[in-house]
Amino acid sequence: MRGDEAVLQVRGINKSFGAVEALKDVDFEVRRGEVTALIGDNGAGKSTLINVITGVLEPDSGDIVFEGERVVFASPHDARERGIETVYQDLAVAPQLDAVANIFLGRERRKAGILGWLGFLDQQRMREETGEQLEELRVRIPDPTKPLSTFSGGQRQGVAVARAVMWASKVVIMDEPTAALGVAQVGMVLDLVRRVRETGIPVVFISHNMPQVFDVADRIVVLRLGEVVAELDPEEASTDDAVAAMTGSLRGGERE
Amino acid sequence: MLSRLAGSAFIFLILAGLLIAFSILEGRAFLSGDNFLNIAVDASELLLLAVGVTFVIITAGIDLSVGSILVLSSVIAAQTMVALSGTDQQVQNFTYPNQAVGIPVGIAAGLLTGLVCGFINGLLVTKLRLTPFIATLGTLGVFLGTAQILSGGTNVPYVPPAIQTHVSTRQLLGFLPVPIAIGLVVVGVAILALHRTQFGRYTYAIGSNAEAARRVGIDVDRHLLKVYTLSGFLAGLAGIIDVARFNTASVGAHTLDNLAAISAAVIGGTSLFGGIGSIVGSVVGTFIPAVLRNGFVIHGVQPFWQEVAIGIVLILAVFIDQRRRSAEERM
Repeated sequence: MRGDEAVLQVRGINKSFGAVEALKDVDFEVRRGEVTALIGDNGAGKSTLINVITGVLEPDSGDIVFEGERVVFASPHDARERGIETVYQDLAVAPQLDAVANIFLGRERRKAGILGWLGFLDQQRMREETGEQLEELRVRIPDPTKPLSTFSGGQRQGVAVARAVMWASKVVIMDEPTAALGVAQVGMVLDLVRRVRETGIPVVFISHNMPQVFDVADRIVVLRLGEVVAELDPEEASTDDAVAAMTGSLRGGERE
Repeated sequence: MLSRLAGSAFIFLILAGLLIAFSILEGRAFLSGDNFLNIAVDASELLLLAVGVTFVIITAGIDLSVGSILVLSSVIAAQTMVALSGTDQQVQNFTYPNQAVGIPVGIAAGLLTGLVCGFINGLLVTKLRLTPFIATLGTLGVFLGTAQILSGGTNVPYVPPAIQTHVSTRQLLGFLPVPIAIGLVVVGVAILALHRTQFGRYTYAIGSNAEAARRVGIDVDRHLLKVYTLSGFLAGLAGIIDVARFNTASVGAHTLDNLAAISAAVIGGTSLFGGIGSIVGSVVGTFIPAVLRNGFVIHGVQPFWQEVAIGIVLILAVFIDQRRRSAEERM
């Protein structure tokens, strides 16, 4: 499953906010079939990097190469059009809507013919496709036609991930997807990450949590003060190495 | 869908209880087709306002200006009709040689007024980023003041009576007054639009989590603009019905319509926090005060009691809804 083919590369990205250099000459790569963990302390530049990749922020300089082609994502919409989906830390779901409505939000299936032209929704088709998607990812929720506000945090996260995976043809980015979850629910989300990898779609997994990162990642990229300071192989490196790289106490696992 | 209906079961029960109680107390004086048609015609304007406001509230907004839009639309409609239907002298003698032109153009002018007013509300909310409460509180004054300036503060006289005979008192199929027919069509379309179409889906989504809607690529501002414009248009339509029913534009009669429409929606289970609500609920929420008023009048109770009763129903409805919702979220 694992390959070296890069789906997405960022090269020499710089981004400053006033006097603050949030990203300094950052190189970062997402490879097919891999879970790439992006770790770093608060303020290390993880969110800025993700925002650049997903078109929320424009870099001051540097290139984004997507499937071998230089691209400019002017908005999150551009990135989504290319098949890059993000699961946000705050989930960004509509709690009063059901799972079906959330998964298809902004991409509703309409009925055929004149009814569709009038905006009528094909509820049955969306229900069926939601059922298949949840089944494939083994996300268990009580009833996809109930509002998400009646679900647990883990179930809501499951729906948010299912939505991203459903529409991500190329890359799924998960920004601290386990931050607000209990132990059992974290296990469920990590399983989900592995299942997404099995489908061949690369995952960028952002987290603070070292055990989770080492549990799920194929490659660990460490950011510190806006720079990529290390790239670690979780098979060889230890949690201490990662923490040392994050905090700068040891330049372990130096990049070539 | 089912849970939404179950949520409004309580207000259905209240409405049914009122209908049964007044039927027992008053017999045929209350329980007759004619009386029910009266109730429905009386409620028709408020019904349109409540439907429009329901869409707005589901987006987590509010529209305080619907009563003023109603008045401004009716003044402009009435003045256009008077101006186009004949010369000053002719209309003052109640002859209207050109009313075949004047009335339709007046209706169009009234509807357009509502549309424009709603659009202005939408622009204030989306472009100037004003909170809907402030934006529509401001336009409440602007629209009503404009109506008073145009009309000199008095009801518009010499409106062609044909609008009354052709629209208000005319009965379709031999029994159905036009205001009720308009109400039925609007309610039917609104139910489909809110619960079956992408337009409705976006309305709920924006009220539930506007940021989430934005992130999936929904043009939130554009949708809000449409929703406020819809609310204004329905208020304009209500203004036309008002002119048709009373053969004048009543400048002073609708100052509390905005609150009545909002409380109808809220009694019907629409949440002021957005994301929750239904047209059927708002219909029931409109008819509870209408039935109460009618029943009290027939029973000889001072109509002021209706205000007291509605206030209590409103408080109860919101209280029960909150309890139900927090119970649901604890699951």
